Amino acid sequence: MENLKETAKQIRIGILHMIGTLGVGHIGGSLSIADLLAVLYFAVMHVDPQNPKWEDRDRLVLSKGHAGPALYAALALRGFYPMELCDTLNQPGTNFPSHCDRLKTPGIDMTTGSLGQGLSQAVGIALGLQLKKSPSNVYVILGDGEQQEGQIWEAAMYAASRKLDHLIGFTDYNHMQLDGMVEDINSLSPLADKWTAFGWQVFEVDGHDCEKIYETIQQAQRVEHKPVMILLHTIKGKGAAFSEGKLASHSMNVTPEMALAAIETLNEEDT
Amino acid sequence: MQESQEMRAVFTETLIHLAEQDPRVVVLDADLMRANGTLPFQERFPDRTFDVGIAEANMIGIAAGLSLEGFIPFPATFATFATRRCYDQAVLSNAYAGLNVKIVGTDPGISSELNGGTHMPTEDIALMRSIPGNTVVEFVDCASVRALLPQIKEHNGPCYVRLFRKKAEHVYDDGVKLTLGKAYPLKHGEDVAIFCTGILVKEALDAYEILAADGISAEIVNIHTIKPLDKEAVVAAAGKTGAVVTAENHSVINGLGSAVSEVLSEQCPVPMRRIGFQDCFGEVGKMDYLMKRFHLTAPDIVRAAKDVVAQKRTGPSHI
Repeated sequence: MENLKETAKQIRIGILHMIGTLGVGHIGGSLSIADLLAVLYFAVMHVDPQNPKWEDRDRLVLSKGHAGPALYAALALRGFYPMELCDTLNQPGTNFPSHCDRLKTPGIDMTTGSLGQGLSQAVGIALGLQLKKSPSNVYVILGDGEQQEGQIWEAAMYAASRKLDHLIGFTDYNHMQLDGMVEDINSLSPLADKWTAFGWQVFEVDGHDCEKIYETIQQAQRVEHKPVMILLHTIKGKGAAFSEGKLASHSMNVTPEMALAAIETLNEEDT
Repeated sequence: MQESQEMRAVFTETLIHLAEQDPRVVVLDADLMRANGTLPFQERFPDRTFDVGIAEANMIGIAAGLSLEGFIPFPATFATFATRRCYDQAVLSNAYAGLNVKIVGTDPGISSELNGGTHMPTEDIALMRSIPGNTVVEFVDCASVRALLPQIKEHNGPCYVRLFRKKAEHVYDDGVKLTLGKAYPLKHGEDVAIFCTGILVKEALDAYEILAADGISAEIVNIHTIKPLDKEAVVAAAGKTGAVVTAENHSVINGLGSAVSEVLSEQCPVPMRRIGFQDCFGEVGKMDYLMKRFHLTAPDIVRAAKDVVAQKRTGPSHI
């Protein structure tokens, strides 16, 4: 588990480096899922960096596609490509666009960016795997703000109707969206009750505690006949003083100096 | 002559036949299986049929996920809901993501009849042909379904299929060989080219007879594949006749008429008229009434044809 904490730190460093190199980016929602991605890609998901389309791999849909930089860093660390490539983020001709694109980046399973679409895609993948009698799991990471989209709840209903127990969802519950606090703009509360009412098994966990996330996923995998939603209590922008807990971190200017200073601080911390 | 079989029955029968040979074929619907005629597919392949309920956006997203796993999904619902209700999903989850979903929109244009203006799609071709790489097809009759559906299944890429679901007027003989993306003249003529699609093919063929009686020789070209448009065929017929009419059960804005205009304005400008909904909404009524109400009949095509022929001979008519 110490390794996972170190991996999460390296994912954060990757995010800071690529967004600092560019000067602007969706840093808040990327930093908040670093711990989850460390657990998924280094302790949970079966993937093959040499064969990104491996038929028996576990799938991930990053429905909050603007957190692409976090996933790019995780996939680089997992060996899908060198981390340096990520520093081409959003540069002309890059394979690392702001929002996830399955046609461009090795290891990206699905194209996302228009919020609210990822859960339906994941349900389709889960149904496809079921038809193929594949034991692979489908993981889907949702933002909290994007759950204001009605399509999420259309998909939630259908996943439970179909008893899709190879589908595990995560909510990056950092309570912030672009225009302000989720609670003030269009409240999701009570979110756990909503998912329960929609027929999902719900777990809640500290989204920055790798060990607890891992244990929760283990429990989730044992759930039968229903999909699972894990609410990750997170802090937007977690891991850099200039972004942590800040509303402005959704998409903000980050100078190379800011990024380097934040990376230095992370490296000084005892992981 | 009206055909003995409904097009929805032939569509599903053909799809079942394809699915028996190809395990990748799956069907989705949004609580309109009875209307769309897809129930026999569910009876034959219950595991490969997904009725998602009244949730079109979700249906297209799920179809995209199934496509990602190698399946060839045919999500079907009324054309209004299959296009404008889930447009962003059709664009991003499917086409932009490079996937292979074949969206089926039924009851195009006036064929939604008694469901009325709310259900009358006059902009579905417009929406779907604006999506990069999206193939757009409109069937004419049962034989055209049998000829084109296997090619649509084999074509790797997003597709929108416009399906009149009731009994159509017979145009193509059984066993006709049609090629996706190719247009051939149904009638050869010298004075005016009439490009037509869907239920207006029959009207154009009727117009051909009326025009012939008046000494005007019309070339009738069915454009079943509206995108990619067979530009060569369009330019050839326009170049040969020097006057063009388009006829579609759809808005004249960004449908077949626009597609033909785009090509001809660049490659072969000729006098032209577009038969279709003239930038207006549909309304409730039976087909016969609506055909006349929206000026989609053979006599309307005849008037337009005579007008372009006159314009060709004397210059702009300033109507």
